[in-house]
Amino acid sequence: MDKKYCAYICSGCGIGDSLDIDALSGVVTEEMTMECKVHKCLCSAEGRALIQQDIDDGVNTVVVGACSPRVMTNEFNFGEDKITVRANLREQVIWSEMKPAEGEEPSPDAAAFLNESAADYMRMACVRAQKTELPDPYQLEVLTRNVLVMGGGIAGLTSAKEAAAAGYDVVLIEREDELGGKALGWRQSFPSRSPWTALETNPVNGLIAEVEADPRITVKTGTEVARISGAPGNFGVTLKATGTTCEWDAPAKVTVEEQDLINKGEKKDPNDGLRPYTQLNPEALKIGAVVLATGWKPADVSQFEHLGYGKIKSVVTNAEFEKLAKEGKVPAKVAFVQSPGGKENSKDFPYSNSVLSMVALKQAHYVIDDNEDGQAFILYQHMRTPGSMELFYKDAQNNDGVFLTKGAVTLVEEKGRGASVTVEDTLFGETLNIDVDMVVLAAGMEPMTLHENSINLAYRQGPTFNDLDLFDGYADSHFICFPYETRRTGVYTCGGVRKAETMEETIDDATGAALKAIQCIESADRGVAVHPRSGDQTYPEFFMQRCTQCKRCTEECPFGALDDDERGTPLPNPTRCRRCGICMGACPERIIGFRDYNIDMIGSMVKAIEVPEDDADRLRIVAFVCENDAYPAIDMSGMRRNGISHMVRVVPVRCLGSVNMAWIRDALSSGLDGVLLLGCAYGDDYQCHFVKGSEIANRRMENTAETLTTLGLESGRCKTEQVAITDYDRIPGIINGFVDEIVEMGPNPFKGF
Amino acid sequence: MTDEQGTSGAVLVVGGGISGLTATLEAAEVGKDVFLVEKNPSLGGRVSQMYQYFPKLCPPSCGLEINYRRIRDNRGVRVYTMTTVKSVSGTPGNYEVVLETAPRYVNSNCTACGACSEACPDEVDNEFNFGMDKRKAAYIPHEMAFPRRYVIDKEALSAEGAEAIQAACKYDAIDLDMPAETRTIRVGSIVWATGWNPYDASKIENLKFDQSDAIITNMMMERLASPNGPTKGKIVRPGDNKEIESVAFVQCAGSRDENNLRYCSYVCCMATFKQITYIREQYPAAKIYVYYIDLRTPGKYEQFSDKLMDDKNSFFIKGKVADVIPEEDGGVTVIAEDALNAKKISQKVDMVVLATGMQAVQALAPLPVALHTDSDGFIISENEKGMIAAGCAKKASDVVTCTQNSTAAALKAIQISGR
Repeated sequence: MDKKYCAYICSGCGIGDSLDIDALSGVVTEEMTMECKVHKCLCSAEGRALIQQDIDDGVNTVVVGACSPRVMTNEFNFGEDKITVRANLREQVIWSEMKPAEGEEPSPDAAAFLNESAADYMRMACVRAQKTELPDPYQLEVLTRNVLVMGGGIAGLTSAKEAAAAGYDVVLIEREDELGGKALGWRQSFPSRSPWTALETNPVNGLIAEVEADPRITVKTGTEVARISGAPGNFGVTLKATGTTCEWDAPAKVTVEEQDLINKGEKKDPNDGLRPYTQLNPEALKIGAVVLATGWKPADVSQFEHLGYGKIKSVVTNAEFEKLAKEGKVPAKVAFVQSPGGKENSKDFPYSNSVLSMVALKQAHYVIDDNEDGQAFILYQHMRTPGSMELFYKDAQNNDGVFLTKGAVTLVEEKGRGASVTVEDTLFGETLNIDVDMVVLAAGMEPMTLHENSINLAYRQGPTFNDLDLFDGYADSHFICFPYETRRTGVYTCGGVRKAETMEETIDDATGAALKAIQCIESADRGVAVHPRSGDQTYPEFFMQRCTQCKRCTEECPFGALDDDERGTPLPNPTRCRRCGICMGACPERIIGFRDYNIDMIGSMVKAIEVPEDDADRLRIVAFVCENDAYPAIDMSGMRRNGISHMVRVVPVRCLGSVNMAWIRDALSSGLDGVLLLGCAYGDDYQCHFVKGSEIANRRMENTAETLTTLGLESGRCKTEQVAITDYDRIPGIINGFVDEIVEMGPNPFKGF
Repeated sequence: MTDEQGTSGAVLVVGGGISGLTATLEAAEVGKDVFLVEKNPSLGGRVSQMYQYFPKLCPPSCGLEINYRRIRDNRGVRVYTMTTVKSVSGTPGNYEVVLETAPRYVNSNCTACGACSEACPDEVDNEFNFGMDKRKAAYIPHEMAFPRRYVIDKEALSAEGAEAIQAACKYDAIDLDMPAETRTIRVGSIVWATGWNPYDASKIENLKFDQSDAIITNMMMERLASPNGPTKGKIVRPGDNKEIESVAFVQCAGSRDENNLRYCSYVCCMATFKQITYIREQYPAAKIYVYYIDLRTPGKYEQFSDKLMDDKNSFFIKGKVADVIPEEDGGVTVIAEDALNAKKISQKVDMVVLATGMQAVQALAPLPVALHTDSDGFIISENEKGMIAAGCAKKASDVVTCTQNSTAAALKAIQISGR
């Protein structure tokens, strides 16, 4: 685009009272050679009309020096074919001015400090405007709109049905020879409606019939996924008969080091006989997005020896008991054991969630319903019946045949054809021995992702999800606000692979997963990113001629968006990409960039910061801050009038992981005195919405700090801090504390070189 | 959005809390036009009052910020705050909805400079902080408020106040004669994400909520712990600002109780464990007593509760609280029976936190539309009619469950609207 620029400075909201606006607009016109206009309230109808008039006269790139880009977004949006860059003069300059401490005189330079800061923000905004380009969305050559649903249980059936009802074709695959999954073995289901007391007809057969009759759904039973290659909107899925192996099975992950050993013949290639992961199967089924609903399997409970499972015939799991109940009558006297811990702990069986409390209540019903003199003993540590299921629980408490006892089950022994159960620490402090016909153990629901790769991706980073261990094998999101976000774009999980869920929860979960799959396809079609940068039309572009095949980008991408060829040259998959820029931060050759966010742009912005010489009161520190958390926190800090040192210039970044160490070198070599990175918490409870960004940035900074020392610079001149969006009262202390450290070190010795 | 009046392909979402935001954005990012109406002056709902989410202990405003950015960037979403649904007519796939927007008394000229608030002499109890401090009659609810536009509480505004704020506003943004506005839109389906209210603690007679400042609710604790709360995040006893040496949590305050809420509110056990971390962070040695019936921390939440139950200064007592007695020194004595040994316990503490539950909003204030609800006021979805419940309007649940079923609601809405 042939750019025609104009800059505008707003003097409203106190900006004109605090800043020398003439001088500021002089910086723009003279230094940045950009026309600059001033208005007393730029966001007003009149102010916007001023800009619009210029746009009508040909201006297409607008710099607005006013409030934070987080406000007045609509007001300063002049259409998709125009560029607007904002300089945050209000929240982060005039509202963030350091006030003198009580009893202290204000610095005689205070006004000058503020003007210098504003001038740097205008310089940076002008450079950004010069370096930014309109996005040109990535379009797949061919887009496939259908959804693959893996797993034909309640979750998979629901996802298939709901996606089809929204107008999308679905391929539903099921490993077994018939649809229905675990639910086929259930006699009845929990109450799902008021008054929450009556068991309901198992809906699975109805659901199967609906799915089988749906012309949009293709059902393939006895089928498994060998591999999924490609990317959202254009996955290639190779199917195979259950239990077989084939040359298209997904290759295991081979690290760079392992590959070296394999090449040297020192290690056996685990993928011998398999097609390389980058090879496309011409026979593969074309798929737009995937729902993983492969469910769960009952946990092995024989490890709890005192409960006798596997040794005593009358000790069964809840799944086995359900089968028995479905086939016929259950015994008259049954004990349900909810916690295996004996006296050691009161935990539930692993992988129980709250579902197994309700399963016990349901199965107690069978005992009562099948036997006139039925007695069900529920031996629990915690009855977990959330929401209205409390009423189901209450109903059981009022049932003369159901005995609910809180206590520790310490022993199950064979007795006649049944068993004797010892319960200690009951509410009445006694030890009970209960003789029953059968003992039912509340065996947990282990996600299939604990046991197998499940999605079988043919990706550089391996066939399965990352971080499964953080969730005991569940393929869950780590985000409370965004429960469907996995680290594999276009693959959404639901049902038992995600957590132990009731039927009602499963149906909602599966419907939500279907929505996400559809949304991903539509986003790929529009050439825009999915969560969290939903709608972003830019994507990383690679200047491959300069790639040195270092593989950092392919290794570090948290979403596995990059594959590579045999030489190690990255093979981007833009529809897998979340646009965080971590690859850009990783690249030592600086060959990765976005149209509106790249190495040259940010580097040039940093270099645009004016660096006064020989002035200890005017050191310059650049802070690269996460635009989602640290940046809003600094805005709010300004709203609360917390002061931030006049020596600091804030540069928002997509993710701390996108910070390329070249910017830090640029900053220090152009005479800036320190570099601060503010990003999100990392570790098991990471808050980074790109999962690994802040952690990776921290690691890179440690290496950079080492490099600084070899150059004779103090390693403390660059620093990373973890902050949260609520740290608006803490961040000023962090920033100003860092400034104090830099002041202590004195000016950057490279200044002026 | 192509059409301000809506189309049969559009979706209406009622309620701008985390569930409504989720339903809105998930539908809009498929490419649908969505109207989002919220009765309060800003979006975010209940979660915007919370300090952290369990079990990650991360701030809700982080996810809200992402959602607000998604709204700003999505031209398919139209947000109306201070707006309620007046009536719905028509048929599934083709509803006509009348919306009423209460006057904000601040027009679109507002730059959010804050001069009106600064100049305003009138103060009232701050509902955002459950009355634990004051706010001005010209205000923004909090720093994260979206949209960031001031609002005038006209009832709290004196004649002098009116003059002062009008004089302070340089942008002609204050319009004290602003009328209520109605508009009619056309949509195919409606997602009801009307949310929840904390159960009114004063209804639980034995817990004496109204009789002592030392007795607070769990939502008040969220505000006390929040950096933008009434005490800037310092947890102290309201009234006398005493630092906390001991605190008692009363679980199931009004929940699982035939005289109050019959059901289990699902979140209160985990909320208490989370709030134990708030207290521990500020008071490493404070004694913490938790009175409970069952600890409902299932699944992965059990790992979170286990860690906290190891704390040697935290005591977990299975037993229902019978009485709470305000003491002269500002503290309170909790009377309970320990169900494990049938002993009566009397425990003096500095502060009591009532773990009150969730009540569906429409349990107290009926909606203008005849929706199908259960006996506790939760909305039962009628998908075929395009009347879909989401979040805590559907059932008491944690945030993950809300965002999950709100995503599901978005699909159900699209199925009707997309016909």
